[in-house]
Amino acid sequence: MTTLSATVQARPDREGATAPARIAVRDLDFYYGDFHSLKSISMDFRDRQVTALIGPSGCGKSTLLRCFNRIYSLYPDQRATGEINLDGRNILSPSVDVNELRSRVGMVFQKPTPFPMSIYDNVAFGVRLYEKLPKAEVDVRVESALRKAALWGEVKDKLKGSGMGLSGGQQQRLCIARTVAQGPEVILLDEPTSALDPISTGKVEELIEQLRSEFTIAIVTHNMQQAARISQYTAFMYLGEVVEFGPTNGLFMNPAKKQTHDYVTGRFG
Amino acid sequence: MATHIVSSFDTELNDLRSSIAEMGGIAEAMLADAMTALVRRDAPLAQSVIAVDTRLDALQRDVEERAILTIARRQPLAIDLREVVSAIRISGDLERVGDLAKNCAKRVLAISAGFQAEKIVLGVQNIADLVTEQLKDVLDAYAQHDLERALDVWGRDGSVDALYTSLFRELLTYMMEDPRNISFCAHLLFVAKNVERIGDHSTNIAETIHYLVKGQGIQSERPKDDRSTAPDLVSAM
Repeated sequence: MTTLSATVQARPDREGATAPARIAVRDLDFYYGDFHSLKSISMDFRDRQVTALIGPSGCGKSTLLRCFNRIYSLYPDQRATGEINLDGRNILSPSVDVNELRSRVGMVFQKPTPFPMSIYDNVAFGVRLYEKLPKAEVDVRVESALRKAALWGEVKDKLKGSGMGLSGGQQQRLCIARTVAQGPEVILLDEPTSALDPISTGKVEELIEQLRSEFTIAIVTHNMQQAARISQYTAFMYLGEVVEFGPTNGLFMNPAKKQTHDYVTGRFG
Repeated sequence: MATHIVSSFDTELNDLRSSIAEMGGIAEAMLADAMTALVRRDAPLAQSVIAVDTRLDALQRDVEERAILTIARRQPLAIDLREVVSAIRISGDLERVGDLAKNCAKRVLAISAGFQAEKIVLGVQNIADLVTEQLKDVLDAYAQHDLERALDVWGRDGSVDALYTSLFRELLTYMMEDPRNISFCAHLLFVAKNVERIGDHSTNIAETIHYLVKGQGIQSERPKDDRSTAPDLVSAM
């Protein structure tokens, strides 16, 4: 008898089961002032796999994401303790150059954030920030990033036009192109499609699937079906803790913990 | 289990479950009536079994349509998705049970006059009693998500197969004794086979219940004792 779970398990993303850990989080605690927001998180984000973080609002998903590029350090009363090892190096260590870290760990936010400049300059911005390259080479990088973000065909004739003139979905892919252009290892996506229509959402999901061959991706999403569609691993978080973490298919088809079960089936009260 | 935040989702799942329960009730009654009609040579009762099958078919289409709508509307996950998939599978099994019971009833009409062999008819009735019990138990197991009871049904199918094999042997003997028995015995053989198939559908339902409760299919092979296709059995006659 062909069972549904057998079919689901046969899906190609099972190949990632043995992918090595790219980011290893160990005993991570996070504080907003006195508020203890993340409680002793330990989990691995595997190389060139999509890991989805799900959970109700305020459970700490975005906070966890924000630790990976230390974007929280812009705020003086926010601090993280524990370890986040990226390729074996603890990025929470004060000796880590935050700018260099952010070129290796790119981030895309919920609302598209194009800079008020041309499409070309939006993508070239990050490249110029970290590297001094001749114009011809920047051109190549911009085109390559826009192609990877599946936007090239739509904007190649208006690269001098403003990034703000694009549609919401195009703006979001422009932001992904800007991130990709820097040649990061990890891409963090914080609800990247929650402000987009279904067609743009589909394009971004397709894009994530393609980017997976090159980058390690962590995505926060409120859309569980989206997490089920695009991720290989999923963590369910609640009240600052990881309740359940494992291969996506198992977590959505047959969750081990009652809290996970109640959340994914819409029974959370 | 806790209710859904969206209560109409619960209503949809409950409605599916109660439709399956209704289908189960009809299928059970069809099998019981077909067997009573066989033992008593009751043509009107056999006719009524044939007539009620359309209701079962309509219910199956209805369950399927509503299950598909629920998937489209709610995108169910985990137990909810398994619940919907199980409803589709079980309604398919019950619809087939109805067809098989209907076929038994048709054969009762075909053999209502002619050769009398109470002993063999009782043999068929014996298999039917076992199968009726299996069907009833598996439907109860479904209603209560009772895995143990479902597995019990699953493991019992071997005895139905064994009875069927011995009945098969007996019918062959009757047919060889007197060619005038052949028509009656052939019909009775089909009736017995239909009933045995209903047992198989009960074990299918038991497997679906396993999937529903545990999130995965039964890994081991089902016990099988139908030896009516074994070459030694036929050549020995």
